[in-house]
Amino acid sequence: MRRTFGSPLPGFSSEHLRGHLIVLEGADGSGRTTEVGLLRDWLEIRGHPVVDTGLRRSTLVGPEIDRAKQRHTLSATTMALFYAADFADQLENKILPSLAAGSTVLADRYTYTLMARAVVRGASREWARRLYGFALEPDLTVFLDARPEILLHRAIARYGSLDYWESGMDLSLSRDRFESFFRYQDRLRSEFDWMAGEYAFRRIDANRDPAAVHREVIASVAPIYLDGHGGEDPDAATLRAPPARSADDASVASPTARPPAPRAPAARSRRRRRA
Amino acid sequence: MTETKRAPPHGQAGRLIVFEGLDGSGKSTQARLLVKWLAAQGYRVFSTEWNSSDMVSEVIRRGKKKNLLTPTTFSLLHAVDFADRFERQIAPPLRAGYIVVCDRYAYTAFVRDAARGCDPQWVRNLYSFAPLPDKVLYFRVPVSTSLHRKVLSRQKISYYEAGMDLGLSDEVVDSYERFQTRLKREYDRLAPLDGFVTVRADRPVEEVLRQVRQEIRPLLVGFPKAEALVHA
Repeated sequence: MRRTFGSPLPGFSSEHLRGHLIVLEGADGSGRTTEVGLLRDWLEIRGHPVVDTGLRRSTLVGPEIDRAKQRHTLSATTMALFYAADFADQLENKILPSLAAGSTVLADRYTYTLMARAVVRGASREWARRLYGFALEPDLTVFLDARPEILLHRAIARYGSLDYWESGMDLSLSRDRFESFFRYQDRLRSEFDWMAGEYAFRRIDANRDPAAVHREVIASVAPIYLDGHGGEDPDAATLRAPPARSADDASVASPTARPPAPRAPAARSRRRRRA
Repeated sequence: MTETKRAPPHGQAGRLIVFEGLDGSGKSTQARLLVKWLAAQGYRVFSTEWNSSDMVSEVIRRGKKKNLLTPTTFSLLHAVDFADRFERQIAPPLRAGYIVVCDRYAYTAFVRDAARGCDPQWVRNLYSFAPLPDKVLYFRVPVSTSLHRKVLSRQKISYYEAGMDLGLSDEVVDSYERFQTRLKREYDRLAPLDGFVTVRADRPVEEVLRQVRQEIRPLLVGFPKAEALVHA
């Protein structure tokens, strides 16, 4: 039976949620987005329609959050509530309807990241946990665990610099961004360490190349699809090849890089369900 | 009952006084009169109202247009707004030693969100950053009084004020009455849990005012006036 983390969600009924909710968590540079793209292809080739979702993409409060973030005017508590509003909007208007329609929802980050960010900014774990009590418990949460040094190198390789927010500069840990990055990532990591046990994450060593990580992701995901769709498909072999450029090249996950294959299998699976 | 587990007292130099009650219960008038009375005696007073910021009003307007708002997002957006208002408008004067009079406080959210079906304990947790007031005055009136005053004042009843989002009735006045009945039930339920002082507000203004002052006086014993603060 599907359920939320604790508190009831008004208007929520779990009985019609046929799809699976799979979450990928991990810091910026852990290869998360690449793995989401690879997993999406893997699933759709096997006939499981996928809807992907991430944080801060809702149409309801997205623009206001961006504005508030730029202006640095809101306190940590206010921002935490704001992110929760944004998440709730996505949960109710995107995730739940997609699950009801039978799609797999692949979440590129979930409440865990939001909780960790709130806690390292001073919120109590209990407050953060209860704040997200209305959220749906995922079928599986994969945690891509990468060392801060790896994250650092990937960030520099990708952006040529360290991002203000990913370095936790708003926390005033250090005026030196390099130093701040390490301290911030360290704090986040200890929150994730704690949550990994608390919420039974599937922890995967993400200090390796994407193909190796992908194989392990698949091994965790496959058992969820026990209707015979989780097996090996020779056609998928090409997708498991390591991406052409840098380890974290986001283009791997972009829609243009995806082969057109998924559409037909998705239709097939719908027919099968009706039969 | 974890629902009654409240935030700790604020422990600040000032005093926090909260007025709660239905629309049209006369609490705003009484709050204004109290502020005048306190200021005239030389106290430093600061008053705030439960007004939505432009930012949240905009989001709510957009959400309503696209039919995106749910009880949960509605509740969270108001929490965002209150948290921001609390940090900007309530906390600083409270720390600076003012008497802060709030026309509505977190209890308004407790009552409204519960009426919309949110889990009361979840809502309490959202607002646990808000300290316990020194005094909460609950202006209790029959729903008919609230409605009557609202209609007499010729104010337009807004969509959410009438709880139209709950689908209780297609007709605004009817919906308003039903929604306010729910709110009143919730206020009445919280009154003993949260130690509200219930003020029978369906009486002449002067009578209500007398009771308000009587309730506030004990908070002023030994409380420094403006002059004392400046020259201390």
